Amino acid sequence: MPELKCKDPVAVNLWYAIAPLEDVKDARVQRSVLLEQPIAYTRNDAGDVVVWAYEGRPGDAPGDRALPVKERFGYFWTTLGMPERDIFPIPEYEEEDRRNIHAASFGVNASAPRLVENFLDMGHFPFVHTDILGAEPHTEVKEYFVEVSEERDEILASNCKFWQPMAAASSSGGADVDYIYRVPHPFCSVLYKSSPLDDGRNDVIAIFIQPFNQEQVRVHMLLSLLDDNSDDTQIRLFQQTIFGQDKPILENQYPKRLPLDPRAETPIRADKSAIAYRRWLSGKGVAYGVIPPSA
Amino acid sequence: MLKLYDYELSGNCYKLRLLLSFLGVQYRSELIDFYPGNQHKSPDFRQINPLGQLPVIDDNGLVLRDAQAILVYLASKYDPSNRWYPRESPELLGQISQWLAFADAITATASAARLHDGLFYSEIDVEAARAGAHRLFRVLDEHLFFAEEEGQDWICPGEHPTIADIACFPYTVLSEEGGISRIDYPAIRRWSDRFKRIPGFVVMSGVFPAGPAATDRRQAVA
Ligand SMILES: N[C@@H](CCC(=O)N[C@@H](CS)C(=O)NCC(=O)O)C(=O)O
Ligand SMILES: [Fe+2]
Repeated sequence: MPELKCKDPVAVNLWYAIAPLEDVKDARVQRSVLLEQPIAYTRNDAGDVVVWAYEGRPGDAPGDRALPVKERFGYFWTTLGMPERDIFPIPEYEEEDRRNIHAASFGVNASAPRLVENFLDMGHFPFVHTDILGAEPHTEVKEYFVEVSEERDEILASNCKFWQPMAAASSSGGADVDYIYRVPHPFCSVLYKSSPLDDGRNDVIAIFIQPFNQEQVRVHMLLSLLDDNSDDTQIRLFQQTIFGQDKPILENQYPKRLPLDPRAETPIRADKSAIAYRRWLSGKGVAYGVIPPSA
Repeated sequence: MLKLYDYELSGNCYKLRLLLSFLGVQYRSELIDFYPGNQHKSPDFRQINPLGQLPVIDDNGLVLRDAQAILVYLASKYDPSNRWYPRESPELLGQISQWLAFADAITATASAARLHDGLFYSEIDVEAARAGAHRLFRVLDEHLFFAEEEGQDWICPGEHPTIADIACFPYTVLSEEGGISRIDYPAIRRWSDRFKRIPGFVVMSGVFPAGPAATDRRQAVA
């Protein structure tokens, strides 16, 4: 392995989603970047996805620079280090009646923690996703619970409620929607929201962020829905419309890296999960994409 | 009903959604999975547009491609006021065509940079695309500045905006997604604020409505 530019051992020793499996169908060599390390990937003759630290030589091949690969949730994942833990579970993904759809992978000029924090924030719905995920005057973020599960090492925000004009592609009108958010990985988050078509069950939306560097990322968006009505394109484009609205907001946040200093916290209710997230990152010693608390 | 082969994040499709909304024309969007599905390159879609590009319309069997060409058609057909594309004025038609071609050059540069950064079109030379967009924005900004000096609000002379404004608007206001800052183009900023206040204006993902503070042009210039 070449020497890594990323010096944050926490970030190095994580698993990252790199591309949807449907994008790695043949022997074409594709390139990307993870934590400033150029990587390449392809499907080999045996039919397996192979990933390696790329050096750009003609005929560059994995050799001793091959990286570990796992296939999970329709993507392949890799790591530059030696993760102690497996990729977090999303049990719903395996349920037989779900539609599991890769919505898109988008490049964003923002840090990974800024994306996670935006994903957790319900307060922006009426203003950024007007008439879809929120609308005035329904702007209040009601009291919700946040806990850090020691056992699973993840943040859980529950009992979140929000009135939404059009919660999903399958919605037929406004509804009070219940949300649960998980942050099971410093740069991934999974949300559960009431399904418009299946009472009592949840649609699942996950973001898996692949940091190119500390201020530029690629975000992979997975949908796992209970929806027999919409076609894949409608479902995909609904999610892309939402994300396209977030993108300029994300790219205009300053500083680009997420400040972890407790004095940078704003104590409003909507930010309760954000505060938990920042503290959790601090506690883990995550240094990538953040401004660490000053000693 | 008029059918628009549409993709939400496409600025070229947005040009047509804008005009159709300004004119109050009903239409149906046929959603195309441009990304990541690449549906516009599929054999089926190439039957509709052999160039494999969006947008395309189908108006009662008339199939047209190219955003600028479609703007000309829709304004000629569905704008009885004749203001968006004033067919009786050769001078204006010449100027509108000039800026429609300019709009295509904005697509080739500013939109290309946005595709590179957002959707990983890695074959694009993003530095060249950004530099090209800056050259165009400099030209547009100066043009709009001198127009303002003459008391004009829009790209082509007259009281009313034309399809030239519509064609230039989307990829100009989306340029930051391709790493192209508009900080040095104040006349473009004022023009895009005026554009957002045209009755019937609609947004697309990545474009926000005009702020509440109506900026009076003459104050802003002073
Ligand atoms: N001159 C054409 C350009 C259209 C264009 O670039 N469309 C994009 C989508 S916004 C596209 O389909 N690109 C695919 C390609 O050019 O291969 C127009 O203005 O409609
Ligand atoms: Fe959002």
